[in-house]
Amino acid sequence: MARPGENLRVGLFATCINDLLFPGTPAAVTRILERLGCRVEFPTAQTCCGQMFTNTGYFEAGLDTVKAYAQAFDGYDYIVGPSGSCVGSVRHQHQMLAESHPALAEKVARVVAATYDLSEFLIDVLGVDDVGAVFPHTVTYHPSCHSVRVAHVGDKPLRLLAKVQGLTLVELPDAATCCGFGGTFSLKNPDLSIALGRQKAANVVASGAEYVVAGDNACLMNIGGVLHREGAGVKPIHLAQILARTEAS
Amino acid sequence: MTTTVGKDLGERATSGSGATSGTAHKRLTPAPPPGKLEDSPAFPAAAKRELGNTQQRDNLLRATATIRAKRAARAAEVDQWEELRVAAAAIKDRAHRHLADYLEQAEANLTRAGAHVHWARDAAEANQIVVDLVCQTGVHEVVKVKSMVTQETELNEALEAAGIAAWETDLAELIVQLGHDRPSHVLVPAIHRNRSEIRDIFVKEMGLYGQAAPEGISDQPAELAAAARRHLRDKFLRAEVGISGGNFIVADTGSLVIVESEGNGRMCLTLPKTLISVVGIEKVVPTFEDLEVFMRLLPRSSTGERMNPYTSMWTGVTPGDGPQDVHVVLVDNGRTNALADPAGRQTLRCIRCSACMNTCPVYAQVGGHAYGSVYPGPIGICLTPLLRGLDRPIDRSLPYACTLCGACTEVCPVKIEFPDLIVQLRRRVAESKQAERRPHLETTAMAGGRFVFARGSRFGLVGYVTGLAGRVLAPRRTFGRHLPWPASLWTRARDLPVPPKRSFRHWWKGAGR
Amino acid sequence: MSARSEILARIRAGLSDVPAGSAPDGDVPVPWEYGRAGALPAGVDVLELFVERCRDYKAVVERVAADGVPAAVVRHLTEAGVASVVLPAGLDEAWRDAVVAAGVEVLGDEPLLSAAALDAVGGVVTGARVGIAETGTIVLDHAPDQGRRALTLVPDLHLCVIGAEQVVSDVPEAVALLRASIEAGRPLTWVSGPSATSDIELQRVEGVHGPRTLIILLREVS
Repeated sequence: MARPGENLRVGLFATCINDLLFPGTPAAVTRILERLGCRVEFPTAQTCCGQMFTNTGYFEAGLDTVKAYAQAFDGYDYIVGPSGSCVGSVRHQHQMLAESHPALAEKVARVVAATYDLSEFLIDVLGVDDVGAVFPHTVTYHPSCHSVRVAHVGDKPLRLLAKVQGLTLVELPDAATCCGFGGTFSLKNPDLSIALGRQKAANVVASGAEYVVAGDNACLMNIGGVLHREGAGVKPIHLAQILARTEAS
Repeated sequence: MTTTVGKDLGERATSGSGATSGTAHKRLTPAPPPGKLEDSPAFPAAAKRELGNTQQRDNLLRATATIRAKRAARAAEVDQWEELRVAAAAIKDRAHRHLADYLEQAEANLTRAGAHVHWARDAAEANQIVVDLVCQTGVHEVVKVKSMVTQETELNEALEAAGIAAWETDLAELIVQLGHDRPSHVLVPAIHRNRSEIRDIFVKEMGLYGQAAPEGISDQPAELAAAARRHLRDKFLRAEVGISGGNFIVADTGSLVIVESEGNGRMCLTLPKTLISVVGIEKVVPTFEDLEVFMRLLPRSSTGERMNPYTSMWTGVTPGDGPQDVHVVLVDNGRTNALADPAGRQTLRCIRCSACMNTCPVYAQVGGHAYGSVYPGPIGICLTPLLRGLDRPIDRSLPYACTLCGACTEVCPVKIEFPDLIVQLRRRVAESKQAERRPHLETTAMAGGRFVFARGSRFGLVGYVTGLAGRVLAPRRTFGRHLPWPASLWTRARDLPVPPKRSFRHWWKGAGR
Repeated sequence: MSARSEILARIRAGLSDVPAGSAPDGDVPVPWEYGRAGALPAGVDVLELFVERCRDYKAVVERVAADGVPAAVVRHLTEAGVASVVLPAGLDEAWRDAVVAAGVEVLGDEPLLSAAALDAVGGVVTGARVGIAETGTIVLDHAPDQGRRALTLVPDLHLCVIGAEQVVSDVPEAVALLRASIEAGRPLTWVSGPSATSDIELQRVEGVHGPRTLIILLREVS
């Protein structure tokens, strides 16, 4: 039987935070996509979505990363990243930043249209919700703000989790509330960021899960940082790393 | 200009109309906290102060969770909710893009209906107009309907300085006034207070300014509301001047609209001989029919009710019914700055429903007092810098008082795109920082980051460095809790993972891909 | 320059992006069809919904045949222990006669009663202009059968008789009907239940400054 991704060439958008701190996540994306038949490439001209700059008010710096992104990924029909936030930023901010540069704007429009969050690519493009994953644990899902409200991934991550063998999903109280990361907010308003992080961590603990899963490692770094400091025992894990696990691994 | 008028008011107070009877410093109404809102410390410091108030945090978290759920249920009942939001945004945009014409139309219709229309460039001018009008009536007290714009202009203090007592009559505003406090929310100004605090305020203060709270009053909300009814009854029945804001001005009829719950608004609008309504110029809507959209959106978005208990609509003077001396003061006070700003103009759509702050995770932690403005929460961090400018520390910090989570935009009945606007306001703050001569850590870091993130090759080098750090620090999994500033901002409450020995791109290369 | 001229000049200067002389409705279309009837829940007619929603906001509601209105008015006033009522000049004579016959003291509002006098009255009986089913609202336009605004505000009980034919589905239909009242210079008072507040811990408490009791008689053709 033909695999759903056979002959598809995919540009992997690792995202800067994953590249430096969580390489296991883009590696997991690679395993999932290759398992489904895709040919995965990692264009090394990529850096970042630029939201760290844009969202702090540094639009010129943001524009430079937009250029790098467009240069790295121009020509790919599919660009897939494991982050609702970074994919959301590409989709929502890149054209705004490039609008006064006509030549760039055209290229940006092309790559933006080809950019997908992992969960969207699996469900909308490959048409699969069961990727053959096995994860015999209790997990709770944090719907990261940007994945829901900027990238609009909807319930796609939950549909993927529902098909993971052995996985028990438990409800996260007050799930829709921000974890308090907020990019540079976490440093500009540290007391608030910590207060919100603690609130989210308390809800994660209250869920009774062994793992808290999300589609964004930045949020997980914040929630996980509090959980680890408080010795809560609940572990953060990216959606891709659950989906990559099979019987064999 | 502000100083001159302030001095003028001071002189009027000391020269003593009867109410002050020579003791210039004896106040007629409870004094608010000292200091000016705009002199508030920058948001992070103010937020830290408010986070320390655990009682307030408990009150706020509980209250905002309750009201969020109510709003969600009432919005979900309406099939056309999204259509209504789109229509409301368009109606407001239409009004604002043709604002001068609509204001002139409203003025003509108000005048024809017997109302006197006044225009005020700023807070001081608005206050002076009201003070003069009240002085002309010869009375020394007024009853007030809850109004954001008169909070913004600090009208009560201007009246106090002129020897006129302004009595707030909305229950929450009464709690705030008697508590020598400031409002912390645009809809429920005393949301930061719980029932036992309110009971204590009533017991201590009510008797000093009128009918005392009954002996042995409990902290049951029904008993507290009854005490407020008794306390304010005399004031309503003897009131000769009422002061209101206005939720809407209808241009094509000259009607004003007040949306309320308790009946205090009706008392103030109906019983006095003179009514002075102070209204922001952005409150105009083109036609009476436009109210069908807003009257469906506003109550559901604000209190989470299908309809608020009372709405009053009136057009100038109605012979034989209510005030026969009717004034409308149209206030700019920075609104034309917001109007002239293409990104900021949408903030003028705001109908003060408070859904954004009820939904905001930041607001729920710190409450309204952290914002140094009568407008807190998402609308406050956008509107305040547009009205007041970006010169003061608090105003420059407000656009950053947000995680950009976007929850506010989802609930806003007039579809204000908060995160996009907030990012635009941050851009202005960042540009002004970059224009300054002195170096900022932030601008330096951003400039360095810009260089690195502009090229994949440069960014790859960062991966070598973090990989090296990872190898040196191995087998540790996290950094300790005592990293130097600014890393300590993170690590004082959160562990930070030690970087892996190889970045992703090095792993990719090493894997022979 | 006067404040008026200066503000209007600021506004015009700030709107340089708006094409000069453009008509507002062409410049910003409002994608909304005004005055439409609202959808009713399945199996519920507009009057049933009106009654249910008024009750939801703690109003006392009774459906009464037209010829039973005078007796029902008297019964509700008596049950509430109201000793005196103010009746607007234009109220149905049959209702007035029934109230007088029941021994309830009746006050007129001519000459206008003082606020203190109104405060001493036990209740008020009025008609209404429009009822809104979806929101459980009655709208007064203060025509002669409703009296000036203070009458339905200061006394602690408001008994309102509204005809079944006056009840509409939702706010847009009501607004369409109410334009005539506004153009006639009448004020409007929209009433949804007795006065209420949620200012203390967002817990709803009925009864603050407006009438603490609201009784709605829905008059149906016999």
